Amino acid sequence: MSLATFDLTPLRRADRWHPAELAFWLLPVAAYLVFPDNLVLLTQIAITALFCLSLDLILGYAGIVSLGHAAFFGFGAYAAGLLAANGIGDPLAGLAVAALASAALGFVTSFLVLRGSDLTRLMVTLGIAMMLYEVANKLTDLTGGVDGLQGIEMTPLLGRFTFDLYGKTAYWYAVAVLFLLFWAARKLVHSPFGLSLKGIRLNVARMPAIGAPVNARLSAIYTIGAAYAGIAGALLAQTTQFVALDVLSFNRSAELMLILVLGGSGSLYGAVIGAIVFMSAHHVLSDMNPEYWQFWLGALLVVVVLFARDGVMGGLRRLSHAAGGLRKGAR
Amino acid sequence: MQPRTSIAWVTAALAASALSLAAHSAWAADPLKVGLVLPMSGPFASYGKQIEHGARLYLQQSGGTIAGRPVELIVKDDTGVAPEISKRAAQELVVKDKVDVLGGFGLTPSAFAAAPIATEAKKPMIVMNAAASAITTKSNYVLRVSHTLPQLTAPIADWAVKNGIRKVYTLVADFGPGHDAEAQFKKTFTAGGGEIVGEVRTPVKNPDFAPFLQKIKDIKPDAVFLFVPPGEQTVAFMKGFVERDLAKAGIRIVATGDLTEEDILDAVGDNALGLITSLQYSEVHNSPENAAYTRAYYAAYPKDRPNYMSVSGFDGMQLIARTLEKTGGDVTADKFMAAARGMSWTSPRGSIAIDPDTRDITQTIYIRKVERVDGKLQNVEFDAVANVRDPGKP
Amino acid sequence: MTVLFDGVASGMLLFLISVGLSVTLGLMNFVNLAHGAFAMVGGYLCVLLLNRVGVPFLAALPLAAGLTALVGVVLERTLYRRLYTATHLDQVLFSIGLVFMSIAAAQFLFGAQQQPLTLPDFLRGQISLPGLDMGAYRLFLILLSLVIAFGLQRLVGGTRFGAELRASVDNPRAARGVGINVERVFTLTFALGTALAGLGGALGVEMLGLDPGFPVKYIVYFLIVVAVGGSGNITGSLVASLILGVLDVAGKYYVPQIGAFVIYAVMVVMLIFRPQGLFGRRAAR
Repeated sequence: MSLATFDLTPLRRADRWHPAELAFWLLPVAAYLVFPDNLVLLTQIAITALFCLSLDLILGYAGIVSLGHAAFFGFGAYAAGLLAANGIGDPLAGLAVAALASAALGFVTSFLVLRGSDLTRLMVTLGIAMMLYEVANKLTDLTGGVDGLQGIEMTPLLGRFTFDLYGKTAYWYAVAVLFLLFWAARKLVHSPFGLSLKGIRLNVARMPAIGAPVNARLSAIYTIGAAYAGIAGALLAQTTQFVALDVLSFNRSAELMLILVLGGSGSLYGAVIGAIVFMSAHHVLSDMNPEYWQFWLGALLVVVVLFARDGVMGGLRRLSHAAGGLRKGAR
Repeated sequence: MQPRTSIAWVTAALAASALSLAAHSAWAADPLKVGLVLPMSGPFASYGKQIEHGARLYLQQSGGTIAGRPVELIVKDDTGVAPEISKRAAQELVVKDKVDVLGGFGLTPSAFAAAPIATEAKKPMIVMNAAASAITTKSNYVLRVSHTLPQLTAPIADWAVKNGIRKVYTLVADFGPGHDAEAQFKKTFTAGGGEIVGEVRTPVKNPDFAPFLQKIKDIKPDAVFLFVPPGEQTVAFMKGFVERDLAKAGIRIVATGDLTEEDILDAVGDNALGLITSLQYSEVHNSPENAAYTRAYYAAYPKDRPNYMSVSGFDGMQLIARTLEKTGGDVTADKFMAAARGMSWTSPRGSIAIDPDTRDITQTIYIRKVERVDGKLQNVEFDAVANVRDPGKP
Repeated sequence: MTVLFDGVASGMLLFLISVGLSVTLGLMNFVNLAHGAFAMVGGYLCVLLLNRVGVPFLAALPLAAGLTALVGVVLERTLYRRLYTATHLDQVLFSIGLVFMSIAAAQFLFGAQQQPLTLPDFLRGQISLPGLDMGAYRLFLILLSLVIAFGLQRLVGGTRFGAELRASVDNPRAARGVGINVERVFTLTFALGTALAGLGGALGVEMLGLDPGFPVKYIVYFLIVVAVGGSGNITGSLVASLILGVLDVAGKYYVPQIGAFVIYAVMVVMLIFRPQGLFGRRAAR
């Protein structure tokens, strides 16, 4: 309302697309041409990137730590998977249902999560995810339990593109969804709503004073994050046509946290880059050394922490600062 | 126009046939690619290790070639119970590495997830350990060289009935093979006049059996029937069983042989002495084939002991070799499957065959007892049921 | 009764392993998710000492703990020290990196299989009373844990070192100002935390098993103990471990159908009503 009277130019400027960003989004096209045989991996990277983006929204922007984000990923995956296994194989309908289901779950649980300190939040989110895991594990008739949910049949995307063995449709599908949701997230974090979240993360005490309802805002972003995660889960279920119990596992939540921190939380590109770096490293290392790849992956993480605080994005930022400094010095 | 076109056609045809000739001779020397999807890291890493050992042992003995082609074995890690990774690994093996045959699959969920790939890509898929009965029904291109849980369970249930065990409490891991084992045990055991006094399904990832063991002790059955995936759980179960003196309370163990398989037997230790189990292979199986196998195994891998999984890896490669011999090197899935159906040969475990209808394995199941042989714990076979088909199938 | 006893015993084991984490997380404010890796080091050392060197079990325990502490000190001096001022998220990333490395290293050195461990005779079997079967080893665990809990409580709450430690954590600058060697205090505390992890790991081999996956398998449980107990609070960890141990075992005994569900539900409910943990003071920072 009264916002209009402020000078919004800096906000608008931040909202504008930088040329480097446009170049970044050409990467999926380049990847498609360069690695035509790795589309399955590339698809899963895109899905992980989307999932990571959802955590970034709540952790990087709103400061809510979570070790149980897989709850929403898995919930969405099962929602889409069960829908398709029961005869409704339209991919987009599946995405919508998964998003709604996960959002509902996120909204309900947000009230539990908003209480307490970081450690408490970590453990409450973890607890919720683990409870869902146990429920899915026990509902063998519905979910297939540890054996996984089978019999998912997808109808062609938009009625035209069938999901093929080489994963071409799956790849473009995942990339398109990622891009659209990234664009939406980008809008969101640059909106007044997004800025109020940043404010809450930086100084909770002061936000009510400027009229921002802290809990309602946090609850809202948590719900949005959950919906994003649900969509990512649904994408995985649809493109692999299988839902494994480990979509809900602690490992998935913890790994996601790693990926985000590795990429750099609090920056949307950090989430995407983290997914690319982590998944590629994982893939390359485990191909080179199927037994002991974890050692090198671990070493990579340690090195990143020691030499590039705040993840890859932090490292990049410092590099560009240094470059900027050099340039200034030269002038 | 007309004549020139026909000349062009002829030239093209000539060129094409020359090319295809060249391709054909290249094909003869092209490596045969076999892709194995196995747990190489994580809690089930020893499955992958054993199966790979067996497969490589066969190649070593066959001089690294099958049907005159050098064999390239590509191993992909699926980290255990992570079906989505197994599926991705299988898909990449087909799409990127262009393998001719898929193999491996340590645990049931992996095999379930990968089966649609076999169908879609039309590649033979050789299951080397995953043991739920239904796996071979998931694709017409799936073959199994290991075992199914019902196949192991029926003989031991039968043995239990005949040896005075009347009341049994069943404890199985809560996934496909566990459910199969539970169902089969109930069926065979109650048909023989036995009674199931209680049952529990334990999580696939949970090594603490203390509460379940205490419950069993309080119920006091004649025996407990057990199936959990071999590894940490078997060790943990046996520890708890001994610690709680269940044996002294008069409770016996009836189990499939993965409880006392060679890879973990030393970790179970003397607690295993006297255990009676059913399995298709024992390190001390008495046959010239097995003597040769174990000798070669220890020469190649002195740090490990040969177990049934390694034999499955070995037989998996052997199946490929024998089948390609029959098809004259043709690996197209339909010809491969047609030739492999009904195939039979002598494995280190005894004579085995691929059932022509179900593509599952038919083999002898031995009843064995853990004893100390030359200072080592071994499963000594004392009874056998020949030619057991998978009873989990109609 | 036996169920209760078993619950207490497994709670005590949980306490032994997690209390070290409570020390590093609560007292030093370092999120060391590699705690389980140190416990694994202790476990492997204990097995090695027993099976290869032939050290008796009771002597192997302190040795394993001491050697683990040594590993801890080396890592603290070289790596951990640099990260005391880093954000918690960086600490998480770093320690998970260490966990991955430790898993692969353990698999490389010892193989993927379970490690055998044979207890001395006097710790085996059960002591049977009417209505109660007590595992000798479990009884041993309970007694040992009580001793350690008491000792730790004394150390942190009632000695000069404890006072120095609390001062160093609350305000390192002021602590330095009054002549406390903060670096040394931190190193010693870290050594204490890893020694406890090593001891817990060594004791845990018998009940939890030991393979390369150990560091991640139980991390959730350790975290639950610390969160429910209130980080940095030794009594809290003890009580939380007991509650979780008893409820976990009882849940599996009476309602195996829902199994592990119980422990998570309990944790969430507890945290909702007591967000700082049972005995927690408001988290530092």
